[in-house]
Amino acid sequence: MAVPSNKTGNTADVIVIGGGLHGLSAALHLSMQGVDVTVLEKDYCGRHASGVNAGGVRRLGRALPEVPLSVAAAELWQNIEQLVGDDCGFESTCQIKVAETEADLRKLQHRSKELQDLGFDHEEIIDRKTLRKLLPAVNPECVGGMVVHGDGHANPFRTVQAFRHRASSLGAQIYEGAQVTETDRRHGVWVVRTANGNRHEAPVVINSAGAWAGRFADQMGDRVSLRPAALMLMITARLPAFIDVVVGATGRTLSFKQFENGTVMIGGGFEGQANLETNQTTLDFAGLATSARSAIAIFPIMQKARIVRQWAGIEGMMADGIPVLGPSQSEGLFHSFGYSAHGFQLSPICGKIVSDLVLTGSTDLPIAAFRADRFNT
Amino acid sequence: MSDGLDHDLVIVGSGPAGMAASLVAAEHGERVLVLDEQRQPGGQVFRAMEKNDAASRPELGDSYYAGSKLIRSFRRANVDYRPGTTVWHVSSEGEIGFTQDGEAKIVKAGHVVVATGAMERPFPVKGWTNAGVMSAGAAQVLLKEAGIGIENAVFAGTGPLLYLVVYQYLQAGIPVKAVLDLTPAENYFAAVRHLPAAILSSGKLLRGQKWKRRITRSNIPFLSGIRNIRICGTGAVNSIEYLVGSTWNKIETQNVLLHQGVVPNINISASAGCDTRWNERQAAWTVVVDEWFRSSQSRISVVGDGAAIGGAVAAQHAGYLAALGALERLGKIDTTIQTKLARAHAVALRAELRLQPFLETLFRPARHMRIPVMDDVVVCRCEEIHAGQIREFVGIGCSDPNQVKSFSRCGMGPCQGRFCGHTVSELIADIESRPVGEVGYFRLRPPVKPLRLSELATLSDLPKVD
Amino acid sequence: MFIDVSKQPVETITVTFEGEELCIRSGLSIAAGLLEAGIIHFRNSPVTESPRSPFCMMGVCFECLVIVNGIANCQACMIEAREGMRISRQSGDGSGLTGTKAD
Repeated sequence: MAVPSNKTGNTADVIVIGGGLHGLSAALHLSMQGVDVTVLEKDYCGRHASGVNAGGVRRLGRALPEVPLSVAAAELWQNIEQLVGDDCGFESTCQIKVAETEADLRKLQHRSKELQDLGFDHEEIIDRKTLRKLLPAVNPECVGGMVVHGDGHANPFRTVQAFRHRASSLGAQIYEGAQVTETDRRHGVWVVRTANGNRHEAPVVINSAGAWAGRFADQMGDRVSLRPAALMLMITARLPAFIDVVVGATGRTLSFKQFENGTVMIGGGFEGQANLETNQTTLDFAGLATSARSAIAIFPIMQKARIVRQWAGIEGMMADGIPVLGPSQSEGLFHSFGYSAHGFQLSPICGKIVSDLVLTGSTDLPIAAFRADRFNT
Repeated sequence: MSDGLDHDLVIVGSGPAGMAASLVAAEHGERVLVLDEQRQPGGQVFRAMEKNDAASRPELGDSYYAGSKLIRSFRRANVDYRPGTTVWHVSSEGEIGFTQDGEAKIVKAGHVVVATGAMERPFPVKGWTNAGVMSAGAAQVLLKEAGIGIENAVFAGTGPLLYLVVYQYLQAGIPVKAVLDLTPAENYFAAVRHLPAAILSSGKLLRGQKWKRRITRSNIPFLSGIRNIRICGTGAVNSIEYLVGSTWNKIETQNVLLHQGVVPNINISASAGCDTRWNERQAAWTVVVDEWFRSSQSRISVVGDGAAIGGAVAAQHAGYLAALGALERLGKIDTTIQTKLARAHAVALRAELRLQPFLETLFRPARHMRIPVMDDVVVCRCEEIHAGQIREFVGIGCSDPNQVKSFSRCGMGPCQGRFCGHTVSELIADIESRPVGEVGYFRLRPPVKPLRLSELATLSDLPKVD
Repeated sequence: MFIDVSKQPVETITVTFEGEELCIRSGLSIAAGLLEAGIIHFRNSPVTESPRSPFCMMGVCFECLVIVNGIANCQACMIEAREGMRISRQSGDGSGLTGTKAD
């Protein structure tokens, strides 16, 4: 498993800071091209956002700049076993956004048109009848929704392990418990030091440090506005199977998924407080209570649910809600962070984008909107 | 409340530690809220005291009835006591989430005293999930609270509580099929070096001896030096097998009562961020506290058996000290007064704990009774995960209990790891030859008791978290 | 057998368990009342549907979960039995919604 950090010096072609899914995906794609990669993870792979998210694999409802990437990622998900040697628990079903009111439905219709104008037709508007058919347990007052067939969900922790093992088997050196404390560029080489006294060198660094990436970006010359957030989730005890797809709402923030074992995960973007130094999070019960009310409003059966676990994962949120992905103005530095609680599905493709940028200087997919310097006025 | 707090002190648990703490705090004029999920005060050790009297129920014993004075004082004290409330969250900032009459509430305290007491140590043996298997503690609850005895049960395990319950059964005239004593023979030798200190606690020691002597002199088959047990039955118990030397023997019974000690119930403390520590002699996870029972979280004190096992009398003295510590921290008394008031209790507490090294060494369950050797033994009762499955996950690289949990659901059921956490920590440590303290425990999160979504939905008018 | 050693005058209440009427002593928890009435099988576990009985009687093991008046996941050891309560076993997925003879 973890390669112990007992060497005092180590050189590689690329150092990846952050062993979450985006870092591991970059490491994997680079390793596939024969690049010598070192991954430095301060806790253990999947400890934060990557391992504790809702596992939603969706094109549904993406910010417009993300749509082309998401569509490309969806293709990779359909064959994820080929990429990482494990199906990651991926179930291709669909994802649905529920419209509770006519106003909600109008919002969805407007969005659908926007997307079609750009040439994408994966989001389909559905009426009340179709909604009831797809979600028999939904509150009958709901008027319709939007569905993307082929979206679904996967097991986040398993996905992290799969990317990690595949990258490692292709030669990537992955160090856990290796917190990066200093980065320094000298004579075309990055020198990276970790808290346990080790030192790594490489001409290229990938900054995929999640909620901590803003600090590295700042240190290394890119001012970004990344806010650490503690996004709250709840999981219930088992309920009889009533949905097998991932559901979101339109007029309120809610995401909802039932696992095969009957437990239900309720998420939805309410925030507690995060402490980046101690990994500790504080829950905000007003937000959880609102999530509880939302869940019951949309699925009345949830009245019977019992919560067995509430927690918050530390994630990095960008002010504009889309990631920082692309080259830095500093030489030999590339960013892949700020996925703002919706990075899971994008991870297989973003690693490829990073790899293409490192090796060829360009990528087929449009990433201008994700520039690191977009916050400079 | 003008200071933004609902209460100065919130105490979770109305056992001896909680009651003692609340009395001291109330005497000093603090606004005290006491929350307990049981319907009457007394915790487990003094359970149902208000229902029982020594005249009609003498079998419950003197040390039980010794608690009645404290309970009477507690009832008279100026505290807001709410029985039947379930605490599901305590935060490091002094927020407490609890359910009362089906409604969820959150209050903010200046200081929290967690006095949640102990619970049975897991007893992972073959067949322990069969219907008809209960803990000796459960038998004692039935005896105290419901006046119910379980006839012709086989008691198995080790520890003073095991002997006490059998003794109480004898006194009450409830027939016992057999007692299987699994105290490891080598423990007697190991415990000898703690005898000198133990002699100073001769009262307690003699009391324990009295119970055992009464049992061995009765006609209850009392078998010592038992090395292992297997509980048999398909669904419900029909017999128990026990290993003496290298021979397995069988006793037919429909009820088995297991006990191999108690361990602190650390779920609330750990989920609030209090540091915990593995105590090797006790083979238990304990909460790290200072001499005033303050934890690593400045607003939270953890006291009594809920911090580390010491028994009811120790818990009472510790409760006084914890309250004094909280009062000093809240600026309600100065350190001079604090030291003065504490003196007698600190001395009494030290005296009470003198017997612990001896008891802990003598009644330490054998390693294979804490860490199942056979793969088909259930470790996680809620999710029905076996030892073999956990070994598999460790084999593929899960090196801490949380990774095992993510992969297997072990610890994700309603008991939230209470009945498997110790086993999992020790099992991983055993496979990887690492210290248990380094392996760690499940990362615990609220709610520490399952919370109905419909109850959470009723939450309103919340205090602002600063 | 679970026997009464309370030495108190016996007052009883009537509840139903799995649709059948049961007379139990008043003032007991549901768990104590059912045990004294000779019932040991309280629920079926979620994964293998094995019969379970109460284990700890103090609210920490969650083995004694039953359905009470249509509400699932009630800890029988924590609730006082009251006249007319309809109690049934909880089964399978633990939701209680597939319980036998539930109301």
